[in-house]
Amino acid sequence: MSADFYYAIEVILNGLMAGVMYSLVALGFVLIFKASGIFNYAQGVMALFAALTLVGFQNGEIPFSHLINAIFGTDVHHFGWHMPAFFAILCALAVMILFAFLVEKYILKHLVNQEPIILFMATIGLAYFMEGFGDLMWGADIKKLDVGIPQGGNIWLEENTAFLGGDDFYGFYIDNLDIWATIFAAILVISLVIFSQYTKTGRALRAVADDHQAALSVGISLRSIWVIVWAIAGFVALVAGIMWGSKSGVQFSLSLIALKALPVLMLGGFTSIPGAIIGGLIIGVGEKLFEFLIGAPFLGGATENWFAYMLALLFLVFRPQGLFGEKIIERV
Amino acid sequence: MLYREAGDFKTSYAKDQQTFPIAFDRWGYFITVAFAFLVVPFLINDYWVNAVVLPFLIYSVAAIGLNILTGYCGQVSLGTGGFMAVGAFSAYKLMTAFPELSMIIVILLSGGVTAFVGILFGLPSLRIKGFYLAVATLAAQFFLVWMFNKFPWFYNYSASGQISAPERSVFGFAVTGANVTPAVSYLFCLCFVFVLAWVARNLTRGANGRKWMAIRDMDIAAEIIGVDPLKTKLTAFGVSSFYIGIAGALLFAIYLGAAEVGEAFDISKSFLVLFMIIIGGLGSIFGSFAGAAFMVLMPVLLKNIMVGYLGWPTDLASHFQFVIVGGLIVIFLILEPHGFAQLWRLAKEKLRLWPFPH
Repeated sequence: MSADFYYAIEVILNGLMAGVMYSLVALGFVLIFKASGIFNYAQGVMALFAALTLVGFQNGEIPFSHLINAIFGTDVHHFGWHMPAFFAILCALAVMILFAFLVEKYILKHLVNQEPIILFMATIGLAYFMEGFGDLMWGADIKKLDVGIPQGGNIWLEENTAFLGGDDFYGFYIDNLDIWATIFAAILVISLVIFSQYTKTGRALRAVADDHQAALSVGISLRSIWVIVWAIAGFVALVAGIMWGSKSGVQFSLSLIALKALPVLMLGGFTSIPGAIIGGLIIGVGEKLFEFLIGAPFLGGATENWFAYMLALLFLVFRPQGLFGEKIIERV
Repeated sequence: MLYREAGDFKTSYAKDQQTFPIAFDRWGYFITVAFAFLVVPFLINDYWVNAVVLPFLIYSVAAIGLNILTGYCGQVSLGTGGFMAVGAFSAYKLMTAFPELSMIIVILLSGGVTAFVGILFGLPSLRIKGFYLAVATLAAQFFLVWMFNKFPWFYNYSASGQISAPERSVFGFAVTGANVTPAVSYLFCLCFVFVLAWVARNLTRGANGRKWMAIRDMDIAAEIIGVDPLKTKLTAFGVSSFYIGIAGALLFAIYLGAAEVGEAFDISKSFLVLFMIIIGGLGSIFGSFAGAAFMVLMPVLLKNIMVGYLGWPTDLASHFQFVIVGGLIVIFLILEPHGFAQLWRLAKEKLRLWPFPH
């Protein structure tokens, strides 16, 4: 077999890995959408904010140091300690839980029974707020995130697949980080499934997702469920933030992955967790393969910017509810 | 006792159907228009035109366009930036390909081109609804921006990938290029805004507007009473894109003068215009103006306060701007989800009864 064939396989493998990263973000969307019917645009910024907070804790930066310096004319930067990655992650998680609590208390509580578009707009406002707030708190420069996940190509895989091709084939190149991301994503999804199937809170979550009013009538508190769901989404955002942050540094563009997660959701259906995973894989493979086969040779490259959206658009024309979404039934 | 219908007798059907049934409103409207056309051009200077007035006028057109699609027809679109780019690039191509063509025709034609592209991307709206459609319009946004970036024909093979407006004049006054006076560019935009707003107002209260609103309120019910959903949605996409294209052409040719597509027409433009119509009020022409004014004025104001008055560094101020804009949007949605237009409506109701409470 020719090297081109193996190269295509490598592209597919890397596409699958990229797809896992998209799925991580999409997962947070699905969780919140199922439980509260809110399309949370701020999910990407939550990932950014979580990663920023993590880096901040790890390096012992002083929050709002820039602002404090500007107002009081002081010159403070760091506490001067380095926190171990594990504790920093716990602290960042605590911040995300606090954030979930505040969002429920100050935003969602007041917007009950509004139209979906209003709630959507509110989360866009929230996204803007957090973007500015995160920059104010931790500074806007690009930060390096390192929590001890190995990076670089996987040598073992490369050496053990080299025999497949001819002399000009050196084995599949796959980043260690992507492999770890896949493992983490798998653990995350399995634990989410176990949580929602076998715990009391999980059952309450599913009840709320099914029918708000029925859930209320059997005594489930919607507000505490919302806090829990946003906290879980914050946790998912933290995981996504760690993965994306380790991969490409913690910076503003991290919040734009939320936009990439949207076609993933449309493909998989807004209400389905497996849909988010499979949609992510399809988009990841599809855009890498399209760029490899058609985009780079014929269209001048960079087709990854729009391919996912076009694929989702064409797909939706034939199946408007996505792959695994609930069938849309309309009545007058 | 000024704000009353009482005593204002309508003697013909035309008078009964007019846009401003209350005399006070009518006079307020005439005075505003007269002030905008006859007084402002003599007062205006470079700073005001570039920082406040031109962006306000141009974004008003874009907001009216998006309001027709989203507010009146109920189809949420996140592709505004992409459609504005279509307007800007067709204006550029027309200006460079036909140097003798009048700027007015250039701008209108670029609106027409954008309308065509808008209808093309509006086709899936028959099957895709709600949020799914909003995300589908992102395809338009990203695809169009990528296209204008990748194919050098669109920017006439210029090395920087930028487009810049050559000098053109209307009735002997330069409207684009380096020799523009503030008053001329202001009046040029104002004429477009005035005519387009007038047309939009009358479109939305006529047969077309009623069809759009029927589709918005419940598309299946509308179909049953004889509204053709395909035709109605596509006219909404077409008219909306026409407005947005004109806004894009004006933004590029009159306001910016030179533009780079990834920077001037990125996704944040789409959100900006969407914010305008949400804050101004969905389904209201007045709301489009109010929202545009708010979103244009607030950053200028915040910057003046924080950088000019408090003396903070600009990057800090821009972070604060994000926090405040985001916070205000959330607060606004909580306090008045229907925007400025609703506040205005409530104020008018109160005025009618004043000074009696009931």
